[in-house]
Amino acid sequence: MTDSLRPTDTKQVEDAVRWALGNDKALELLGHGSKRALGRPSQTDMTLDLSGLTGVTLYEPAELVLSARAGTPLSEIEALLEKNNQQLDFEPMDYGPLLGHEAGQGTLGGAIATNLSGPRRLKAGAARDHFLGVTAVTGRAETIKSGGRVVKNVTGYDMCKVLAGSWGTLAAMTDITIKVLPKPETEATVIIEGLDDERACAAMSAAMGSSCDVSGAAHLPDHVASYFDGLPRPEAATVLRLEGVAPSVAHRKETLAVLMKPFGPVALLDEADSKALWKSVRQVKPFALSQERPLWRISTAPGQGHAVAPAITPAAQMFYDWAGGLIWVAMPFTDEPDAGSVRRAIADLGGHATLVRAPASLRASVDVFEPQSAGLRSLSKRVKDGFDPKGVLNPGRMWAGV
Amino acid sequence: MSVRMPEPDSGVLARREQIVKVLRTMVPGEGVIASEREMKPFETDGLTAYHQLPMVVVLPETTEQVSQVLAYCHGEGIKVVPRGAGTSLSGGALPLEDGVLLGMAKFNKIKDIDFANRIAVVEPGVTNLAVSNAVAHAGFYYAPDPSSQIACTIGGNVAENSGGVHCLKYGMTTNNVLGCEIVLMTGEVLRIGGKHLDSEGYDLLGLIIGSEGLLGVVTEVTVRLLKKPETARAVLVGFPSSEDAGACVSAIIGAGIIPGGMEMMDRPAIQAAEAFVHAGYPLDVEALLIVELDGPAAEVDHLIARVEQIANENRAVSCKISTSEQERLLFWAGRKAAFPAVGRISPDYYCMDGTIPRAQLPVVLKRMKELSAKYDLRVANVFHAGDGNLHPLILYDSNKPGELDRAESFGSDILRLCVEVGGVLTGEHGVGVEKRDLMPVMFSEIDLNAQQRVKCAFDAKGLLNPGKVFPVLHRCAELGRMHISGGKLPFPDIPRF
Repeated sequence: MTDSLRPTDTKQVEDAVRWALGNDKALELLGHGSKRALGRPSQTDMTLDLSGLTGVTLYEPAELVLSARAGTPLSEIEALLEKNNQQLDFEPMDYGPLLGHEAGQGTLGGAIATNLSGPRRLKAGAARDHFLGVTAVTGRAETIKSGGRVVKNVTGYDMCKVLAGSWGTLAAMTDITIKVLPKPETEATVIIEGLDDERACAAMSAAMGSSCDVSGAAHLPDHVASYFDGLPRPEAATVLRLEGVAPSVAHRKETLAVLMKPFGPVALLDEADSKALWKSVRQVKPFALSQERPLWRISTAPGQGHAVAPAITPAAQMFYDWAGGLIWVAMPFTDEPDAGSVRRAIADLGGHATLVRAPASLRASVDVFEPQSAGLRSLSKRVKDGFDPKGVLNPGRMWAGV
Repeated sequence: MSVRMPEPDSGVLARREQIVKVLRTMVPGEGVIASEREMKPFETDGLTAYHQLPMVVVLPETTEQVSQVLAYCHGEGIKVVPRGAGTSLSGGALPLEDGVLLGMAKFNKIKDIDFANRIAVVEPGVTNLAVSNAVAHAGFYYAPDPSSQIACTIGGNVAENSGGVHCLKYGMTTNNVLGCEIVLMTGEVLRIGGKHLDSEGYDLLGLIIGSEGLLGVVTEVTVRLLKKPETARAVLVGFPSSEDAGACVSAIIGAGIIPGGMEMMDRPAIQAAEAFVHAGYPLDVEALLIVELDGPAAEVDHLIARVEQIANENRAVSCKISTSEQERLLFWAGRKAAFPAVGRISPDYYCMDGTIPRAQLPVVLKRMKELSAKYDLRVANVFHAGDGNLHPLILYDSNKPGELDRAESFGSDILRLCVEVGGVLTGEHGVGVEKRDLMPVMFSEIDLNAQQRVKCAFDAKGLLNPGKVFPVLHRCAELGRMHISGGKLPFPDIPRF
């Protein structure tokens, strides 16, 4: 087991990185470790455990802003927001159960560093879109600030964006400011039953192109439907979520039901069932029940999401979120991620695929993150070198050399 | 011009004739402009206090031409200033004496409209409004709507991360762009993102948006399209003080309502706008709020009643709800014409663009009044109240000796004040040359160096739009060096497991 350092303030994080630099050591950045098994296995000498940096430092509901130390549990932040009828609009999913951990773990820093999001991503954006300001220690052992506590800010480069989704390879974030938003008063779900994947993508596209303000659009094919909560029948279900004030949800539910009729039989879910359903979509429930099978997460153009299935083995299990643009694919065999087929499909359709779950030996031999064009690869490397020239922060977690 | 620009390169200037000749081989016909008379219209952007003739203007039409021009300039050490429509209010597109002004106006085609994926692929010279117009027939639009949307281009919007009055609910450019094609200073062409969401690796698109033309030249942009809300209605609310108006804004958001737009004007701005547009604004109030709700009629009617109730609970003295589309547009007409309206009551005005935490508004307005007395210049305020973005308009007369200088000092003091109360120097207009030297008010040298290292990753020779954003320019080699001190674990107080 690697040694672990557990700093409690930014200065100590800076000291730790300085030590690593001076001694040619590499650090593994860690919050609660709920996503530790995602990414390439990296060779590190010491763990920099950031879960000791805790506490909400600013929360002004009327200004829609919250600041917290990076190691603050996400669950604590969500509970605090809940008390004020607010929420993280990007609806962060929980990788824990997918990777063999308990649900409900994870830190704010981890959510931002991996650019988490959930079903509402297609309307509200990902973590990156709600990330307003940061204090972070770079791989140069320098503490930098970027952004602020206001939504509208174009002062200097938007460093928050490049830190979101950098998987701890550029800097160790210590303080984070995010935008928070009101919780919708109520929600409901319109279901179209029995569609095949292609027809479902067309239905979701029509729903997203309506003025019904759909805040979640998923297609749960026959073979996985029974794993989801809240569905009336364990059959293929194309589900569309509506959120907002009660009179608005009622009106849009009717409008959308009429609009969806031509695609297939329509059913409706009330608030309680709708909440249960979307929670299981958000947590990728069918593939969290066992951790055996390699799991892919594919982001592609939503209108052609259905074209992924014919390109890979028919034995794979899959379902669609983001109106067809996000596809979760569980491969049938424990030791075969079938990266070749997945990557060929992506090359044709555009987008990217991440091998979310696989044994460490596979994650070392197969690209976990989508390989980039030579130009982007070299630009990414130059960006990495600017922040962390000696590669002391999570080296190789995303790609070799980055 | 009171701002120092990078020292012109006499070697480049001496080779001007040769450079123009080479550029003409790359961009034929009228795509290269070198005569002083024809270059004159390019000497300034939307920040007209600053002007400078470029060495040469180049107007390419294809990505290949952009790539060739940049590669050539990179090899020859020639600076390049990219420009869209030139509406920048911060001097972001101000030419350099020894630089190529690269105008992207000829990139004016909409290449793909894909309703199934709700995106449009457009060239950077397409205007913001043209995107919405091109998809209006199907009920779609492009959400960011900066006030200059008739003229400003998508390329410029990407460079500045432009916002508009609806960005509290719908986000800024960075939240509404999915991909781009970009040419680096070396001439290398990269494609980033596409019709899908999120990046496979570092969010380079997020870095490029708002980088003020310092990282690369964008030649294609994929934007998200949204379906137009079924209806929109606006409420016009008058208050006896800006504190009351601010409290009302907080109460609306506190009630869980995120309006499509929420704008505030102070007394001088109300008076000027009403005299110009006759929008029916109350003239006996200190602050005016326009709150717009959009969505299905059932939702809008429901929320507008709640907003009216909240306004009345917050000492509103007048409250008018639009009953027709025509009336809604009239409510907005005054706000949208606020700048020219102020232009009618003063020979010149200087538009500022700070953002503050909204609760600080009364403090900032009070201090601004004091500064107004100190500098003996009037100021009118329009305010994107939902997101705290403040546009003070400083009234001055450039024909009166010293007034421009006073206006600029007044402006700088306002921006320092914004930072002091927890806000930022610029909410949507960009740093450019205008706020460049104020950057240290907000950022340490370490912060700025980290940003410049990002610049180095894209443009190691520092040839793209130098003199903007960063007050002090460092060589990339110097920034890359690292000084490591201390080898021991110097923190016995860190728990170690």
